[in-house]
Amino acid sequence: MSETRTGPAPGDRTAIGITFGNSNSSIACTVDDKAEVIANEDGDRQIPTILSYVDGEEYYGQQAKAFLVRNPKNSVAYFRDFLGKEFKSIDPTYNHASVHPQDVDGSVAFTLKDKAGEDEAASTLSVSEISTRFLRRLVTSASEYLGQKVTSAVITIPTNFNDKQKAALVAAAKAADLEVLQLISEPVAVVLAYDARPEAEIVDKIVVVADLGGTRSDVAVVASRGGLYTILATAHDHEFVGAALDKVLINHFAKEFIKKHKIDPRENARSLAKLTAESEATKKALSLGTNASFSVESLAEGIDFQSTINRLRFETVARPVFEGFSRLVESVIKKAGLDVLDVDEVILSGGTAHTPRIASNLGNIFPASTAILSPSTSATAINPSELQARGAALQASLIQEYEAEDIAQSTHAAVTTVPHTTNAIGVISLTESGEEVFVPVVQPETAVPARRTVQVAAPKNGGDVLIKIVEGNTHIKVIKPEPKVQAANGTNSKAAKVEDDNSGEDSDDEFSDEEEEEEKREKAWKIGATLAEAAVRHVKKGAQVEVTINVNADLSVTVTAREVGAKGGVRGTLSA
Amino acid sequence: MATFVSYPLPSLPEGWSAEKDFKAVGKITADGATQRTIEPVGPHFLAHARRARHKRTFSEDDRIQAQERAKNVEEDNDDDISEPEDLMMLNRDAKDWKTQDHYKVLGLSKYRWKATEDQIKRAHRKKVLKHHPDKKAAAGRTEDDNFFKCIQKATEVLLDPVKRRQFDSVDEAADVEPPTKKQLATSKSYKLWGNVFKSEARFSKVHPVPSFGDDKSSKEDVENFYNFWYNFDSWRTFEYLDEDVPDDNENRDQKRHVERKNANSRKKKKVEDNARLRKLLDDCSAADERIKRFRQEANAAKNKKRLDKEAAEKKAAEDAKAAKEAAEKAAKEAEEKAKLDRESSKKAKEAAKTAVKKNKRVIRGSVKDANYFAEGAASPAAIEAVLSDVELVAAKDDPEEIAALAAKLTGLKVADEIKGVWKEEVQRLVAAGKVKESEIKAFNA
Ligand SMILES: Nc1ncnc2c1ncn2[C@@H]1O[C@H](COP(=O)(O)OP(=O)(O)OP(=O)(O)O)[C@@H](O)[C@H]1O
Repeated sequence: MSETRTGPAPGDRTAIGITFGNSNSSIACTVDDKAEVIANEDGDRQIPTILSYVDGEEYYGQQAKAFLVRNPKNSVAYFRDFLGKEFKSIDPTYNHASVHPQDVDGSVAFTLKDKAGEDEAASTLSVSEISTRFLRRLVTSASEYLGQKVTSAVITIPTNFNDKQKAALVAAAKAADLEVLQLISEPVAVVLAYDARPEAEIVDKIVVVADLGGTRSDVAVVASRGGLYTILATAHDHEFVGAALDKVLINHFAKEFIKKHKIDPRENARSLAKLTAESEATKKALSLGTNASFSVESLAEGIDFQSTINRLRFETVARPVFEGFSRLVESVIKKAGLDVLDVDEVILSGGTAHTPRIASNLGNIFPASTAILSPSTSATAINPSELQARGAALQASLIQEYEAEDIAQSTHAAVTTVPHTTNAIGVISLTESGEEVFVPVVQPETAVPARRTVQVAAPKNGGDVLIKIVEGNTHIKVIKPEPKVQAANGTNSKAAKVEDDNSGEDSDDEFSDEEEEEEKREKAWKIGATLAEAAVRHVKKGAQVEVTINVNADLSVTVTAREVGAKGGVRGTLSA
Repeated sequence: MATFVSYPLPSLPEGWSAEKDFKAVGKITADGATQRTIEPVGPHFLAHARRARHKRTFSEDDRIQAQERAKNVEEDNDDDISEPEDLMMLNRDAKDWKTQDHYKVLGLSKYRWKATEDQIKRAHRKKVLKHHPDKKAAAGRTEDDNFFKCIQKATEVLLDPVKRRQFDSVDEAADVEPPTKKQLATSKSYKLWGNVFKSEARFSKVHPVPSFGDDKSSKEDVENFYNFWYNFDSWRTFEYLDEDVPDDNENRDQKRHVERKNANSRKKKKVEDNARLRKLLDDCSAADERIKRFRQEANAAKNKKRLDKEAAEKKAAEDAKAAKEAAEKAAKEAEEKAKLDRESSKKAKEAAKTAVKKNKRVIRGSVKDANYFAEGAASPAAIEAVLSDVELVAAKDDPEEIAALAAKLTGLKVADEIKGVWKEEVQRLVAAGKVKESEIKAFNA
C-alpha cells in the first residue's frame, strides 16, 4: 500500500486540528491526549480568517484585520464559504469592506495587489488560492509552535458542506502542503471536545450544539449513544449571527453620532470600517463586563467619538437578534421530532456563544435539568471559541497513525450507515403503588449493534422475578393550569370590549389579560409492545437483577438477566 | 456501564412458565429502525469501524448505495420559494419600503402570514444570491442596489415577530373577501366562508381557532364557532400605518402632536376593525342555513315536547280516572261479597246448629227408642243414668262426632245394637281422655 501513498507515512506525520471559519480560524494540537489551542505568533488563538497585502508583504489574522480600515482594497475576508462554489451561489454580503468577490468563468476570485512595486499589476486569485495561502500561514504558525513541520490535519466543516466544497478544501490544503486526514463535522468536533475530558462519562444523551459564529449560525441535534454520534437534524442560519449583533451596535452608535454631529458615519467606507471594528470590540467587552466604552479616533470628518453602553441597553436594542437565536434553536429541535424536554445538554460554541444573554435566554426555554454549557452558565464550560479546534486535534491524534487508505475505508459510508432504533427498549418495573413503569435500557436513535445493561432492584422479598422486555416511547404530558374565567359565554368582558373601545376610553389593558399561568410539561414514557418475558428464579431478598439487552445489527434482540452476584440466570433471543 | 434503577421488578405471576424461563413475545416493530449515518469521529467510532469492516474493502458503489439508504438531514431545497419578479417591483425605491409588499419582494406572496421563519430566511438568501449589487455588477448590470435594499427591508420586517405582526395586520393581500350573494347561493358557500375565517383567524390571540365547518357540522360546533368569533380576541394593530414621528429633539411639541394623532388613529382603526368583524359575523350568521335548520329543529323538538306533554297529561288523567273507577268497582264488589259471605256463614252456622240439634235429637231419641235399655218400664234411676251419659257424650262430642254418632244410630232398632254403639262411643271418648270412667253411669263397659 505504501507504493500508492500520496501523503506522508503515518510514522512521519505531525498532525494538528484546524478550524477554518469565515470569521476566524484556530489551530490545535494534543499534549498527552489533552487538546490545546495554539496561540500564533501574535498571541491569538482566534485568528481572523483574513489576508492583507501591503507593499507585497502578506499579513494574516489579527494584523490583516487591522488593515481592513486602511487597506480594504488589498484585503480578503469572509471567503471560506466560497470554496467549491460557483459565483452565482455565493453571498457577497460580508465582503463589502474588503475585496469584493468576482465572477471568473463562473467561479469565485478576488483581485488585489499582492506584489510590491507601484507598477506591479494586480493579481486575480481564485478562492482556492486564497484559501491555500491562508492555510499555509496557519500551518506555519503551528509548525513554529510545535518545533516541527506540520504535515497533516483534521479540519472541521459545516454539516452542509457538499462533496464539491469538501474536495475544494482538501485540494486547497494539499496545495499548502497539508494532508487532510479527515474532514469532520463542526458540531461533532464540539461534542468530542467535551466528551474527551477525563471527567466525562459516556452516557446516552441528546445534545444540541449551537455554533454561533460571525456570519453563520449552525445548530445541530446530536444523539450521543455510547460514544457514537448521530446527527438528527440541523439548521443553518445567516440572519441571526454575530455580525447582526455588531450591526445593532453600529446603528446604535451611528445614530448617537448623527444626533451630535449630523453626520452618518455609515455612509463613508472608512468610517464604517472603524465603526464596525469598534462595535465588535465593544460587543466582546460586554460579554465580560456590564459596561463598555466605545471610542474611535477620527470617526468621520476628523471628529473623535467616545461613548459608553451598558449590557442592559445592548440587550434591549439587540433583543430581536437574541430572540432569533432562541427561535433558531427551538426550530431544530422540532425538526428532529423532539421536544426541549428531550434535550440533555445544550453546548454553545463559536465566538458569539460568549454572549451571556444568549445562554440565559436558552436557559429559559429548556427545563432546569438541561445543562446549558456556556461560559456564563457553567463554571466548567470550555471556551466556546476553542471547542471545534480541540475536537479536531483530538480526532487527529486518534487517527494519525492510520494509513490514509485505512482512514478512507473506516469512514466509508458503508461503515457509517447503520440502522438506528426508533423506539426505546426497556424493562417493566413497579412503582410504590404497584403501577407499571418503563425503564429504558436502549434509548431511541441508538445505532445498532448496541448493548446496554441496567441493574434493577428485585421485589422486596426476593423470590421469582419477572423480566418483561417492552418497547417504549416518550410523550409530553401537558398539565394545564386551572382555566381562568374565559370569554366563553357571550356576555362577558371581551364581547363588551367593542363597546368600551367605542367610548374612546383607554384600552391599554388589552394585553394585561394575556398573563396566563404557565402550563407544566413533563416527559413521560409510554409502554409499547411486549417483546419478551423471562424469569429469574430464587432471587435473594434485597438483591439486584442485571438485565442486558443486545440489539444486533440485523435488529434481532438478545436478552440476558441474572441476579447480581449469583450464578446462572436466563438468556433468550428474539428474531429480527 | 450499568444504570441503577430503584423501582423494583415485578414478582413472577403465579403459574408463569416457559421453556428455559424465556418467552419470546414479539420483535422490534417493523418500522423500528431508521438508516442513519454515524459520524466517523471519536474513539468509540474506531471500535465500531473495526467491527463493521471485517477486513472488507468497500467500493465507490457501496458508498453511493449506503448514502442513498441513509436518511438525509441536510435538505437544501428551495423549490417552494420561486415566484416570477415583475419589473414594477424590481424598480421600486427602497425609500418607499412602507408601502412595499414584503412577501412579494421575497417571493413569498402565496404564503404571506403562513410563511415559516425558515421559509423567510431561505427566500431572503435566494434573493441575496441573485440581487446583491456585486452580482449585478458581475452580470454587467448597473450597480443599483435599490431592489437589494427592498429585500433587506422586507427581511428585517418579516424576521422580527413584532414588526411582522404589524405588517400582517395591514396586509390587505392576505384578506379574503366575504362571499357575494350570488356565491352564497352555490354549494361552495361553506368553503368560501371557511376561507374568510381562516384568514381572519391569523389575528387570534387564542389558538386553536374553531373552523367554520360545513353543512354537516353539529349544532354544538356551530355554536362554538359563533361564540368564539363573537368574543374574538385579536392582536391586530395598526401602528404600521402611523405617520412618521419627526426624529429630532428640537420640535418636541410637533413630535408629541404626531404621536397623539397616531395613537388616536390606531384606536379608531381598531374600533373600525372590531365593527367590521362584528358585521361580518352578523352577515354570516344571518345567512347561515345551519342556524336556520337548528332553529327549525329546535322548534320542532319544542313542539314535539309540548304535544308529548299534553298527550302524557291526557293519558295520565284517563289512567287516573280508570284507576279510580276500578278501585270503586272493586270496593263495591268486595263489600257485596263480604255481605254474601256474612250471610252464607250465618246460614251455615244455623244449619250446623240445626244439624247438631237434629243429631242430638237422633241420639237422644235412640235411647228412648231402646226404652232406656230396660225390660219393661224403665226405672227413673235407669232413665236418669242413661240420659246423664247421653248428655255427657253430647256435651263432649263436637258437631262432627255427634253427626257421626247420629249416623251410626240412625236406623238402628235393636236395643242391644244401640247400646253397643253408645258403649263404643263412650269408650272412644274415655280413650281420647275426654271423659272419665267414673263419670259414666249407664254405658259402663
Ligand atoms: N467574547 C465574545 N463575545 C461576543 N462575541 C464574540 C466574542 N468573541 C468573538 N465573538 C464573535 O464571534 C464571531 C466569530 O465567531 P467564530 O470565531 O466562531 O467565527 P467563525 O466560526 O469563523 O464564524 P463564521 O464562519 O460563522 O463567520 C464574531 O462575530 C465575533 O465578534
